[in-house]
Amino acid sequence: MKVPMLAVGFMLTASAVAAEPPVLTVLTYDSFASEWGPGPAVEKAFESVCGCDLRLIGAGDGAALLARMKLEGARSDADVVLGLDTNLTAAAAATGLFAPHGVTADLDLPVAWSDPLFLPFDWGWFAFVHRTDMTEVPGSLAGLAASDKKIVIQDPRSSTPGLGLLMWVKAAHGDRAPAIWEALADNIVTVTPGWSEAYGLFLEGEADMVLSYTTSPAYHLIAEGDAGKAAAPFAEGHYLQIEVAGKLAASDQPDLADRFLAFLLGDEVQAVIPTTNWMYPAKLPQAGLPEGFKTLIQPETSLLLPADQAESLRQGAIDEWQAALSR
Amino acid sequence: MAGRALALTVAAALGLLTLGPLVMVLARAGGAAGLGPADWAAVRFTLLQAALSAGVSVALAIPVARALARRRFVGRGALIALLGAPFLLPVIVAVLGLLAVFGRAGLVNRGIEALGLPPVPIYGLHGVVLAHVFFNMPLAVRLILQGWFAIPAERFRLAATLGFGPSEVARHLERPMLREVVPGALAVVFVICLSSFAVALTLGGGPRATTVELAIYQALRFQFDLGRAAMLAAVQVGLCAAAVLAAGAFALPSGFGAGLDRAPVPLAPRGWRRLADGLAIAAAAAFLILPLGMVAARGLPGLFNLPAEVWPALGRSFAVALPSAVLSVGGAMTLALASPRFGLVATLPLAVSSLVLGTGLFLVAHPFVNPERLALAVTMLVNATLSLPFAYRILAPEARALQADFGRLAETLDLRGLARLRWLILPRLRRPLGFSLGVSAALAMGDLGVIALFADEGGATLPLLVQRLMGAYRMEQAAGAALVLVLASFSLFWLFDRGGRHASS
Repeated sequence: MKVPMLAVGFMLTASAVAAEPPVLTVLTYDSFASEWGPGPAVEKAFESVCGCDLRLIGAGDGAALLARMKLEGARSDADVVLGLDTNLTAAAAATGLFAPHGVTADLDLPVAWSDPLFLPFDWGWFAFVHRTDMTEVPGSLAGLAASDKKIVIQDPRSSTPGLGLLMWVKAAHGDRAPAIWEALADNIVTVTPGWSEAYGLFLEGEADMVLSYTTSPAYHLIAEGDAGKAAAPFAEGHYLQIEVAGKLAASDQPDLADRFLAFLLGDEVQAVIPTTNWMYPAKLPQAGLPEGFKTLIQPETSLLLPADQAESLRQGAIDEWQAALSR
Repeated sequence: MAGRALALTVAAALGLLTLGPLVMVLARAGGAAGLGPADWAAVRFTLLQAALSAGVSVALAIPVARALARRRFVGRGALIALLGAPFLLPVIVAVLGLLAVFGRAGLVNRGIEALGLPPVPIYGLHGVVLAHVFFNMPLAVRLILQGWFAIPAERFRLAATLGFGPSEVARHLERPMLREVVPGALAVVFVICLSSFAVALTLGGGPRATTVELAIYQALRFQFDLGRAAMLAAVQVGLCAAAVLAAGAFALPSGFGAGLDRAPVPLAPRGWRRLADGLAIAAAAAFLILPLGMVAARGLPGLFNLPAEVWPALGRSFAVALPSAVLSVGGAMTLALASPRFGLVATLPLAVSSLVLGTGLFLVAHPFVNPERLALAVTMLVNATLSLPFAYRILAPEARALQADFGRLAETLDLRGLARLRWLILPRLRRPLGFSLGVSAALAMGDLGVIALFADEGGATLPLLVQRLMGAYRMEQAAGAALVLVLASFSLFWLFDRGGRHASS
């Protein structure tokens, strides 16, 4: 009696396996996949049209994603990697693990975009955020360095915003970057390992300003009804962070991955980006931006170093930064 | 003997779990990489801050432990329990609590400003040491206090009969005990501080405060230089080994012999010593309670606004913590009873960078299984491994005394195996067993060192959830969830610790 029952059991399992929808595995950073990020909405929307199971795996931050891809290599189960930024794409492209995305779309980015491997899904300007009751708001990086404002920043060796600031100073001041850092040294209260520690310290009143995004005040306005935060517009322009997704060449679901990449730029995903990831959508949805976003500063100049240049400058810039701040 | 074979198995498993990942990372890198001047600067800073932190923590812990051992006052039990708390706090929560007291906008500086004086900055080497003392001084107090409790009451009675004054007590009882306990406590705190990363960077005020662990993080995450990460991790292990061996060379067994378990008669000298003890206790209590109070105050508003995800995450954290604690204490007890020579292997996990550990385990697991499937199992195993050194330190001195005092009697009676465990070991080691179970369980609740690489689709543990809330700007909810985490960890700790203390007194 036992054997036939077992056989039936196996057959049931086998048929269940056969009927299971295909799985698309997307490796992303933790705050994208989390309950409060865009993840849940993206998953629901895509699963309602794809006839598949979308698995969003959150793994640390953007840099952790790249490290994980390098560890896994072509054996990875992931089909799509979502959440690298432009400071990491050159290194990511060099792994040879990514395949062209093949999406042609008119993007609403402040800069032209033509990378065949990586497709932007959102973007933001880095900015120093302060409380609106702060007086004598500095108007430039150089002005900040000359002021007595206290700031918290992130470490470029462990955090993507930290690396963004390094590139910002480099893009705005070139060879004078070390001098700017030396002048900034007495403004820096401390350097934190990641964004959330820095932002937490700022909210606790440990600093006048914190390195974050021009969109950060929108969170406080929309989610908390608090208009008390603002980003300071800087005369040199603001460095961009463009977050991208890429398809893995070794994916066992290439068609599904292509559909997902195209879907990322659709209204359903782009409309949830502003109030879940607190970034600008890469392609403006039909309904436009949420109300609170209209109060944000609009930098006139956008700075962005080409990916290969950002990659080749990185180590030298970190050394300069470290030397200037260790003095 | 079965116990010895078991201990060798545990030691081999520990060695494999801690050094294996390092070797895996090195193998994947295809060889070691040289260390640059920046790396050596990180090694120097790491050594400096760890040595200072260990020295200050233990130097302050001795008078506090002595005062707690010989004075009786209302709230003494609560204060001893509270000593377990700082060390169980998630790092960022503790840092924010400390900053609320000592930071630019903290209580101390507001007080100083009210007096019209310039503020005292916390950021710098002194801030790093302050934070490490906050975390580790209470641990050192508990470790040293165990030493005081381990002096048989009969020796104090004898001292009283002989009319010993405080200096004779210090010479004949306290110093031999300290000689046995202090080197181990110094080594543990030193090794804990060796792998400090977020605390050192955040309170250190900038890249001057670069530790080896940060250099490892950078090598693994941004440079993908596995060879350099493995080399740096090997340096950490080497420093840890040196510290443990040095502690072993300095520690001398106190040789008080067995007692009859009479209730202790604390010799409590009067006069200025009474005042000094009171001051030590009051200062330690204030140093602990103020930042803890700020953590609670920051978390309270968020408690009424907690996201529903907190409760399943809390459940998962319990599911990880309890088996992890049993595994950890079981392993530690096996090693502690077998031979003092296992001290080094039992301390090793403290020195291994959790990033390298996670990466190595990932390299082991990935070819065979989908790492996400292992998330909770790996977290449990790693937490058990990482908390074993604490359990071992707590158990080892009393386990050694137990073998010295009762080993021969037990052999004569042919008391072996489970019977020995039941009639001799468990009753006599109840106090350190309770304390070590409490510490291990609470540590396993809080740690998230390696889970990031093994993260799965939903199932976050509570520490990861706190981090996600912070990453989504929800600082108030994060503070609330962190308070839940702290309360849960502390309750676990308190239950086990109290269970152990009550049974033995």
